[in-house]
Amino acid sequence: MVEKSFSAVIALIRGIGHRLNTGLQRLGFAARFFVMLLVYSGQSFRRFHLTIREIYFSGFQSLLIILVSGLFIGMVLGMQGYETLQRYGSSEALGVLVALSLTRELGPVVAALLFASRAGSSITAEIGLMKATEQLTAMDMMAVNPIARVVAPRFWGGVISMPLLAALFSAVGVFGGYLIGVVFIGVDEGAFWSQMQGSVDFRFDVWNGVVKSFVFGVAVSLIAVFEGYDAVPTAEGVSASIKRTVVYSALAILALDFVLTSFMFRGL
Amino acid sequence: MPVDSLVKITDINFAYDDRSILNGITMEIPRGKLIAIMGNSGCGKTTLLRLIGGQLKPTSGQLLVDGQSVPDMSHDELYAMRRRMGMLFQFGALFTDISVFDNVAYLMREHTDLPEEMIRDMVLMKLNAVGLRGAHNLMPSELSGGMARRVALARAIALDPMLIMYDEPFAGLDPISMGVIGQLIRKLNDALGATTLLVTHDVQEAMLIVDYVYFVSAGQIVAQGTPDEIRASDDPFVHQFVFGEADGPVHFHYPAEPFEQDLLRDSAHG
Repeated sequence: MVEKSFSAVIALIRGIGHRLNTGLQRLGFAARFFVMLLVYSGQSFRRFHLTIREIYFSGFQSLLIILVSGLFIGMVLGMQGYETLQRYGSSEALGVLVALSLTRELGPVVAALLFASRAGSSITAEIGLMKATEQLTAMDMMAVNPIARVVAPRFWGGVISMPLLAALFSAVGVFGGYLIGVVFIGVDEGAFWSQMQGSVDFRFDVWNGVVKSFVFGVAVSLIAVFEGYDAVPTAEGVSASIKRTVVYSALAILALDFVLTSFMFRGL
Repeated sequence: MPVDSLVKITDINFAYDDRSILNGITMEIPRGKLIAIMGNSGCGKTTLLRLIGGQLKPTSGQLLVDGQSVPDMSHDELYAMRRRMGMLFQFGALFTDISVFDNVAYLMREHTDLPEEMIRDMVLMKLNAVGLRGAHNLMPSELSGGMARRVALARAIALDPMLIMYDEPFAGLDPISMGVIGQLIRKLNDALGATTLLVTHDVQEAMLIVDYVYFVSAGQIVAQGTPDEIRASDDPFVHQFVFGEADGPVHFHYPAEPFEQDLLRDSAHG
């Protein structure tokens, strides 16, 4: 009996060790992959049409989901914000509340989460399937570097798209808040906009939001291209990679958001 | 065999970790010839192609392509050599997001500064050679298996390579497409003045077109000769392979313990 439980404990420790080992190995491989990606990025800037194509696929084609979600989140913020603010008789501050929540937090974070599930997953699936159908090997045999030709343009396409999408998300969200607050509920229009103008600082609020979304863009795009490139080249392998892209991206976004926020707003 | 060889392999060994794949392979591929490497699935044929293309490095041995040692090449030298090689992958490996035309034009656009009009003429010539000029606007998903293989063939010869390698070009094709691909492989080799290495397990089809055959089994060359010599061979492995017999030196059964023992075993072990 004792022997049995002892061997179970050993197996448990061994299991943990194995997982840790594999995790560290993948992390090391990912770091090397990132360095190679940066080294071979020249081509995606020299032949910028490759990157523009990816901006179209991951950025432009994500517009619909980003804009619609932004509008709804802005409208919900308008309703919730008004409901709370009017208790204290400060419903004119609705504009400030909507704009600050969006530019500082919700814009970058929610847009990045949506981007990860819409564009990140499709980047992983595309690269993973290219690997599974030997297209990447074929490219390498044709003396075309797959990291330079396939991976880097997708990575930079995502990095460039992300801050733009987050900015649009926030802009549409503010409009949604305006629609509910001013048009439907009847908050004073002048107060809504002027208070927003007075309280939202460009560097402190807007720029920090842009920095956040840029960092999220790097994280999500890197996870997406890495998971695709590292996918086991089978149907199950690619599906597991897509799942990991969405899960790891979401965790990375939320964890990075905490870290960035605590650095950016530590004076508060 | 003539002395002037494009590819010269001497005593090559290759292993994945502890699992040995190739043991002491020695072969020469003379310029202008069409050579086949045959063997059953998993005998190391594709590994051999990857070694020649420099995608894998041998554990030991010497491998020369056009007089240069492939395992010792730098990344740039390797890419320079690969530009002079064409390879047809087992299932074509066409780029699925671009059209047939763009697939064939791919290498010309990547590796040359030719004007688009000239690329167009060259692509149409290559597609005409494989009989698919009329299909240049189609996407790879709209092609049949045989057509996709022919497009991949046109892509492999896009830059008039010195060495063309085919990995199982007949796999999964109907008899007509097989014959078409076989004839194309021979014709392209002779017309381009290239050297061709054909890896296949399709004996009958390959024997019709090749100049010389190497038989590989369990990572070793077990027989070699011209197609006529191979047909006349009394080597038991060659006989089993050429005539497709189920049992012989290559066993039907995967190695296992005696059947009775397996049946009597506790079912909990599966």
